[in-house]
Amino acid sequence: MSTDVLTAAPSVIPAAPQRLTPNDYASSQDVRWCPGCGDYAILAQMKKVLSNLQIPREKLVFVSGIGCSSRFPYYLETYGMHSIHGRAPAIATGLKAVRPDLSVWVITGDGDGLSIGGNHLLHCIRRNLDINIILFNNRIYGLTKGQYSPTSLVGKVTKSSPMGTIDHPLHILSVAIGCEATFVARSVDVYSQHLGMVLQRAAEHRGTSFVEVYQNCVVFNDGAFDYATERESRAEWTLELEHGKPLVFGKDRDKGIRLNGLEPEVVTLGNGITEKDLLVHDEKAPQPSLAYLLTRMHYPEFPEPIGVFRAVDRPRYDEQLNAQVQMAIEKQGPGDLDALFREGDTWRIE
Amino acid sequence: MGDSQASTVISTAPHKAVVELESATVRFCGDSGDGMQLAGSQLTNTSALVGNDVATFPDFPAEIRAPRGTRAGVSGFQIHFASKRIFTPGDQVDALVAMNPAALVTNIQDLVPGGILVVDNDSFTKRDLQIAGCNSNPLEDGTVDGYQVFRVDITRLTRLAVKELGLSTKEADRCRNFFAMGLIFWLYDRPLEPTLRFIIDKFGRRPDIAEANRRALLAGYNYGETTEAFAHRYSVDPARLPPGLYRNITGNQALAWGLMAAAKLSRCDLFYASYPITPASDILHELARRKNFGVRTFQAEDEIAAVTAAIGAAFGGAMGVTGTSGPGLSLKSEGIGLAVMTELPLLIIDVQRAGPSTGMPTKTEQADLLQAMFGRHGECPLPVLAASTPADCFDIALEAWRIAVRYMTPVILLSDAYLANGSEPWRIPSMSELPPIEVEHPSAASDGKPFQPYARNSRLARPWAVPGTPGLMHRLGGLEKQDVTGAVSYDPQNHQHMVDLRAKKIAGIAKELAPLEVEGPSEGGVLVLGWGGTYGALATAVRLLWQNGQPVAHAHLRYLNPLPANLSHILARYDRVLVPELNAGQLRKLLRAEFLIDAVGLNKTTGRPFAVREVVEAIENLL
Repeated sequence: MSTDVLTAAPSVIPAAPQRLTPNDYASSQDVRWCPGCGDYAILAQMKKVLSNLQIPREKLVFVSGIGCSSRFPYYLETYGMHSIHGRAPAIATGLKAVRPDLSVWVITGDGDGLSIGGNHLLHCIRRNLDINIILFNNRIYGLTKGQYSPTSLVGKVTKSSPMGTIDHPLHILSVAIGCEATFVARSVDVYSQHLGMVLQRAAEHRGTSFVEVYQNCVVFNDGAFDYATERESRAEWTLELEHGKPLVFGKDRDKGIRLNGLEPEVVTLGNGITEKDLLVHDEKAPQPSLAYLLTRMHYPEFPEPIGVFRAVDRPRYDEQLNAQVQMAIEKQGPGDLDALFREGDTWRIE
Repeated sequence: MGDSQASTVISTAPHKAVVELESATVRFCGDSGDGMQLAGSQLTNTSALVGNDVATFPDFPAEIRAPRGTRAGVSGFQIHFASKRIFTPGDQVDALVAMNPAALVTNIQDLVPGGILVVDNDSFTKRDLQIAGCNSNPLEDGTVDGYQVFRVDITRLTRLAVKELGLSTKEADRCRNFFAMGLIFWLYDRPLEPTLRFIIDKFGRRPDIAEANRRALLAGYNYGETTEAFAHRYSVDPARLPPGLYRNITGNQALAWGLMAAAKLSRCDLFYASYPITPASDILHELARRKNFGVRTFQAEDEIAAVTAAIGAAFGGAMGVTGTSGPGLSLKSEGIGLAVMTELPLLIIDVQRAGPSTGMPTKTEQADLLQAMFGRHGECPLPVLAASTPADCFDIALEAWRIAVRYMTPVILLSDAYLANGSEPWRIPSMSELPPIEVEHPSAASDGKPFQPYARNSRLARPWAVPGTPGLMHRLGGLEKQDVTGAVSYDPQNHQHMVDLRAKKIAGIAKELAPLEVEGPSEGGVLVLGWGGTYGALATAVRLLWQNGQPVAHAHLRYLNPLPANLSHILARYDRVLVPELNAGQLRKLLRAEFLIDAVGLNKTTGRPFAVREVVEAIENLL
């Protein structure tokens, strides 16, 4: 690969010549998640989004770490690397740094991404590489058969916490906002349309897109997100974010979120309270404070927001790295090793 | 000393006897803020420019600024320059410059009897002695008996030389190293021009400081010329090195340039991912400056990110390199295993330092050999190479990358703190004379057949297919792969086959390696077998013994894995085999395990390189 090829990479990936269907993105590998696993739904939506965007298969690279979710790359007919535990963001960083022409995706989970790989995740997000990170959160370690994870709720009884966990959980999106992520979103494995929309927005965002997907582990943590997925409770315990719209939720869309000082509070519309009193979602707010506030809303005190929390523009690491190379070439001329070796003091021996 | 005198062009009227020497060794030592490294490197460059062979040994504390004047804060720079080929910075020094009592008492034992000692006489006050922990003044209590002692008022004379420039006392005192340099330059008949040029380059933006340093340098030189203190001065003629254009180079610089040359010769983009660590950081610094060569550097969040980012870059078709020292190599172990499993080309550079743990970060050691060989889980073989001299760091970088891409494997390249910071003349190659490094990426498949990422060529290397190539989509990973197809496989027979295959691939590299060469008699007597940065000490020791007609031979391993194919034949031809190493016997252990020979060790872990006399003694004990 010569420098020219790498730096002349287009920022927009050209569409594949023949229209690719979702199925064209499937590899020949048999999918081996447990029957009923939420991962199937995410894989299906991913293929659909890739087809919608018509990204050529050879331009796609899926990088994952270790865990159930990290099997994901095997099931896609793209380039991929099922790497080691927690390191996918770092591998993706190296890849994207030298190959800005590729569409790079990181698939990770709550253990892989936040426990063993927490450090890489922070730094990848703050650098704002133009990649997409999809974190499947099932609040449990599945592949190692059911230990608590960094997102398990306090008191969770598992094989490694028979008296209940005493670890305070990490709130993933708060962490992402803390790293000043430029794109932060959440969806749920079974919300097909919503998940597809979120994945597509993530793909289209330039910079690190960070998406948390609530994903049900049928074997070790079944029903962890029932409040958000059951038909009766869903509308009461989730809140769909829409840019520029007030925060309204509930089956009858009669409840909303109002700001009381610096704290959000749930109010019922009517009795003098109108939508005008509610907090209006602004995903483009330059300061991350409002987005952070939304990430702090947890069941059962609040409905949990889903959708795009934040989508702002900030320079991308890969772009800037390659721009510095170009700038250096323009300023100093393309490097000449023979000249470099002869710079400074030299002497000749006859 | 007045301005007119200081700025006078130096006359070299030989009113003092000039003694011709074959070689000389000088050490500057002082506080770590005294600019001793700068003084040493200027003397090195100047000596190289006049055609001497040079070898250097910078020795400095890990603390950036230890308490001023204390023994812990002593920084030294030793240089050996000669009119013959030399391989080491010298066991002992002929002249020692000590800028304070702490420097004097910690270095005097390395001065040859009758050697020249120059001290800054102004830095031996009661308080200076107290800070250095001296109960009595070493200049007066017998410590310096038997040496030629020159008590020069360096501080006072430097202040005088720069007086008219209106600098603060602190700034004036910062020029003391230039005074000391000037004096030594006079003593060894070295030209001042290279240092005067350096002063303009380095301090040009502060004309007053540049002028002060210039005056201090000239004042030191003139002090030697005009005072009656010195009875002699010395000269060292140019050495007869192989013809060519030369420059002085440190191991880390040679390594960085070797990586850049390897990238160019293989038409790959260099991606260097590293986490700052002594003594490897200078490689990162050098490469970070070279963006116009297409070099991309990535200062990672940790050692693990550095190696895995380099793996990501390698997957993308770039030349992925990560550099570190021992503690970092430990952290990279799992990542290196992934590179072995995915069979991607990758360079891992370990600039070894004294361990374990944080150990002594600025001191040298060769104790990471077994970690490089075996420091991974599972059966995880990979090539291990070691540089033998500072200039060799350039060649070995090319060699390591050639092996990595030819065999699709990560390669560990060992250097050490002694090579990294030491310097020697380097015959500058011309890029056109260096053989290209062939890299092949399979092109887009059009036959519709599934791509086989783990198919192999005659060297057992798999294809390096890069993302972006239509039709070659494949998934790599840490799980065991089925041979040929690269599909995940838990089949017991396949795992056995793949473990064997990975071992065979690496072992097979020996077939293409140049045979190990032996210097000296081809049988009988003692074979001295070394590796890495001890080359200079071993080569010098063996040459000394040859002068007495002793049956001693020297072979130096460049390839630690796989070992050269002719090594077992060589070992069998000698009565005794001595393996000197700056560790507790790591190569010796490997040799014993591999060849069942009773090799004898010479082992040292003081953080310092071998002295030639230590090696000579050990050989003599076996003769």
